[in-house]
Amino acid sequence: MTVIMRDRTPRPEDLIKGLTGDWEVILGLEVHAQVTSNAKLFSGASTEFGAEPNTQVSLVDAALPGMLPVINRYCVEQAVRTGLGLQAQVNLRSVFDRKNYFYPDLPQGYQISQFKHPIVGEGEVVIDLPGGRSEIVGIERLHLEQDAGKSLHDQHPSMSYVDLNRSGVALMEIVSRPDMRSSDEAKAYVTKLRTILRYLGTCDGNMDEGSLRADVNVSVRRVGEPLGTRCEIKNVNSIRFIGQAIEYEARRQIEIIEEGGSIRQETRLFDPKTGETRSMRSKEEAHDYRYFPDPDLLPLAFSRAWVEEIAASLPELPDAKKARLMADYGLSAYDASVLIGESARADYFEEVAKGRDAKLASNWVTGELFGALNREGHSIEQSPVSAKQLGELIDLLADETISGRIAKQVFESMYKTGRDAAKIVEEDGLRQVTDLGAIEAAIDVVLAANPDKVEQTKVKPALAAWFVGQVMKSTSGKANPQVVNQILARKLGLSSED
Amino acid sequence: MSVDQNTVRHIARLARIAVREDELEVLANELNGILAWVEQLGEVPTDGIEPMTGAVEMSMKMRDDVVTTGNLQEQVTANAPGSDDGFFVVPKVVE
Amino acid sequence: MSDLTRLTLAGARDALRKKETSAVELTQAYLQEMEAAASLNAYVLTTPEKALNMAKASDAKRARGAEGALEGLPLGIKDLFCTEGVRTTACSHILDGFVPPYESHVTANLWRDGAVMLGKLNNDEFAMGSSNETSYYGPVINPWRREGDVTPLVPGGSSGGSSAAVAAHLCLAATATDTGGSIRQPAAFTGTVGIKPTYGRCSRWGIVAFASSLDQAGPITRDVRDAAIMLRSMAGHDENDATSVDRPVPDYELALGQSLKGLSVGIPKEYRVEGMSAEIDALWDRGIEWLKAAGAVIKEVSLPNTKYALPTYYIVAPAECSSNLARYDGVRYGLRIEGKDITDMYEKTRAAGFGAEVRRRVLMGTYVLSAGYYDAYYLKAQKVRSMIAHDFARAFADVDVLLTPTAPSAAFGIGENTDDPLAMYLNDVFTVTVNLAGLPGISVPAGLSSQGLPLGLQLIGRTFDEETLFKAAYAIEEAAGFTARPSAWWKA
Repeated sequence: MTVIMRDRTPRPEDLIKGLTGDWEVILGLEVHAQVTSNAKLFSGASTEFGAEPNTQVSLVDAALPGMLPVINRYCVEQAVRTGLGLQAQVNLRSVFDRKNYFYPDLPQGYQISQFKHPIVGEGEVVIDLPGGRSEIVGIERLHLEQDAGKSLHDQHPSMSYVDLNRSGVALMEIVSRPDMRSSDEAKAYVTKLRTILRYLGTCDGNMDEGSLRADVNVSVRRVGEPLGTRCEIKNVNSIRFIGQAIEYEARRQIEIIEEGGSIRQETRLFDPKTGETRSMRSKEEAHDYRYFPDPDLLPLAFSRAWVEEIAASLPELPDAKKARLMADYGLSAYDASVLIGESARADYFEEVAKGRDAKLASNWVTGELFGALNREGHSIEQSPVSAKQLGELIDLLADETISGRIAKQVFESMYKTGRDAAKIVEEDGLRQVTDLGAIEAAIDVVLAANPDKVEQTKVKPALAAWFVGQVMKSTSGKANPQVVNQILARKLGLSSED
Repeated sequence: MSVDQNTVRHIARLARIAVREDELEVLANELNGILAWVEQLGEVPTDGIEPMTGAVEMSMKMRDDVVTTGNLQEQVTANAPGSDDGFFVVPKVVE
Repeated sequence: MSDLTRLTLAGARDALRKKETSAVELTQAYLQEMEAAASLNAYVLTTPEKALNMAKASDAKRARGAEGALEGLPLGIKDLFCTEGVRTTACSHILDGFVPPYESHVTANLWRDGAVMLGKLNNDEFAMGSSNETSYYGPVINPWRREGDVTPLVPGGSSGGSSAAVAAHLCLAATATDTGGSIRQPAAFTGTVGIKPTYGRCSRWGIVAFASSLDQAGPITRDVRDAAIMLRSMAGHDENDATSVDRPVPDYELALGQSLKGLSVGIPKEYRVEGMSAEIDALWDRGIEWLKAAGAVIKEVSLPNTKYALPTYYIVAPAECSSNLARYDGVRYGLRIEGKDITDMYEKTRAAGFGAEVRRRVLMGTYVLSAGYYDAYYLKAQKVRSMIAHDFARAFADVDVLLTPTAPSAAFGIGENTDDPLAMYLNDVFTVTVNLAGLPGISVPAGLSSQGLPLGLQLIGRTFDEETLFKAAYAIEEAAGFTARPSAWWKA
């Protein structure tokens, strides 16, 4: 099979140093994303997470004799929507195939999937990397398939317990080209993919609940040589683990080759406790899935008009939103990247920035607000400070009612109590002091109390900062720092301006 | 193409049907008999012919995204040879 | 009592309407016949209590004036149809004790229309066979015997229980399924009428699947009118079956007795196979004359890929069934043989649960789908299948219906063909083409062999043109005047 991938000159910092030289790591990911829908792909049972065993199982899901699949239109729509979001080719005609193998959580003895004719073809995802670098990762295809049930192996010493609630839930399998060259790129890819899916509403991207999982294909090669044998690390369910698994696996392969061995193509599992990958014994016998078109289903076909209808309903996607924020608000690529991580967060920013200084708004949103949200484990929807409220705080800062440092204090209080900024400033008496006379008086007090420091400052002007600090302390931080600086400089005879 | 006993053993494993060693020869013969007979399809010129996967000429009807069934724990486990607390119980899977 | 069972389904329908009998009386008469005929082994499960309850309810419904199209009529159900609360096994050991918590769409239609269930009828295991000899419950004995000979004969298959029960008057009519001829060939072997409708005409939901792109449900009855009445109730769209077609179901009875003037009948020359029995050839010619006399125009047509139909079928059907039978694994229902781990359990359970023919086809199907062989076998077969379907399409541009024999021989003895699977497969030579193309086909009893056994003629129609089939079949039935009946030797 010819592997098509983006040709890139390897970056030295991505290469892994082995004993005999530098190694390049080649990565491709197959991401399984559970489709956000009410019912399953081919049955009318619910897809909700966490129910009692086998209570969300229809007769079709339990593969009772004579049961037949009927496809859920909405799941098809979600796949089309996702394909459009990946800038990919949507295939108006696709076929469902049976993938045949035996496992207790696969009641039919086959999984309904798509093999030769998937619903979505080639596309691409732009990934955002540190330092403002971006790369394009090619998408090979996206297809729809059934999820399997769950087997619990630890309930009993010699028996496994099977729950089919998840059996038949719609999955989108998104296959990337082997275009990634470092664990950072792989993590950025999954992060971006997850963001896109959440923007589209086609998958909630909840890796803890298993709605998004990745199979990571890893191979290594010396620069310029042909591709090495790859190993597949299955079902990695966190971005952090993806990084760890890649790091471990790349080194494992390099070690083997440098010691004169060769890589055996196999399926492996990542163990988060040890940080290592290990071979899956049962998968060692090569699976012969005997794919053939499912005779219970006709080819899936829909019109271009329907696809265009779906395209018209797409929300603004992350890359477009980022470009617009940069263009319309003059934000840096970095700041824009942070804001688009969640579409709700970007919306919040835009509301705050309306009619205000964009940079200021961006600093406050990404700095203070996101910082507090992360610390408290809140989502943007749970923020105790609304966009309107944050905007009002920024207004008070911009018109110098309060100083920057006081503003931070006010924000903390807003977050804790949900009160409006203006109320807090009034009630806590935090108004900035701009009264020149009052400030001058405060300065005079400090100067008078520290004559020796005054002399030292005349020699070393930088020591004026100490006086500023003292004045701020004596005014409980409310003095306008610029005014303090100005007057102080004049009194100490330091400034060239008056 | 014909099958030997090893192939029969392999196919039986794929199909998860236990086959005794002393059955392999008979099965191989039977399958070879059938295969030899179906081989005649090889003489049919099929270049450019689309395979026919179904007998119905129409586009597939789709269902609405509505939960129409569930809470059938009892019915779906009623015929199970091994069940416990709502789960199906089977001999361990060797991972 | 047995006079009641002599009534055809249409006759009983009339009698019930005229209040000449009741559903309970009718049912009791059948239950008696069934008991007396236990040696035929047509039924694998009788449901006398349920039958009488349904009959009582039916009589009450009729008294309220709310009769359905099949009100009070006792039927036998092939054990491939899942019947709610009633054991369903597909006549396989692997479905031991399985009691479905659901009713198949087709049988639900029958109960909707007021019919009564007498019991589950024997069939070849998982519908795989042409003689009902692969059933876990033992073979069915054809009520017909060769003249002066007591050798037990097969009733055909896979719907052998259905055909035997109808022929021996153990039910008014029976449901059956046809994947390669399993309705039509048993009908021909037992002097009954059997129709396999167009693929998608009846729902497959709740019918144990054998080969999904070929399976279709249909009735086996005593005469053409009865078949028309039964099919009307059985057919119809089902939103739970994506291959079921949404087309209104005509009142097929209206087609009976319509004139054949101007009907053009095709005689496919490739169906005159080498070594064909002379008396079947002669019967075919007689059929041609009957249709001509009724006003039809006869034309020779060519279906050049006919000889490839059986090998095509024996790649496609096993391939599909190998996948359809994967669910019989001892996990959620049916037989389980314990094992040291899951793989051991699977292998032991399926080895013990499947009979020899089923195992053969599952292995065959697994092989033709396996890596490296898919293109040469399965893909090739699906292409040849296309060509076979095109042959028919071309023929139907020229003619309205085709006439052929149904089976290459009359019923043979039990055990006569079981040594060589291939010999058994050849029974379907005239019928499999129809399944491959998804067309409707009907078998009508047309004459007797020199040994006094029934022989059938087959009519093949365009998709969803069952009306023309019924019209032409009715004409053949009239002309053939087939009144022979097996003597009820089993009651002796």
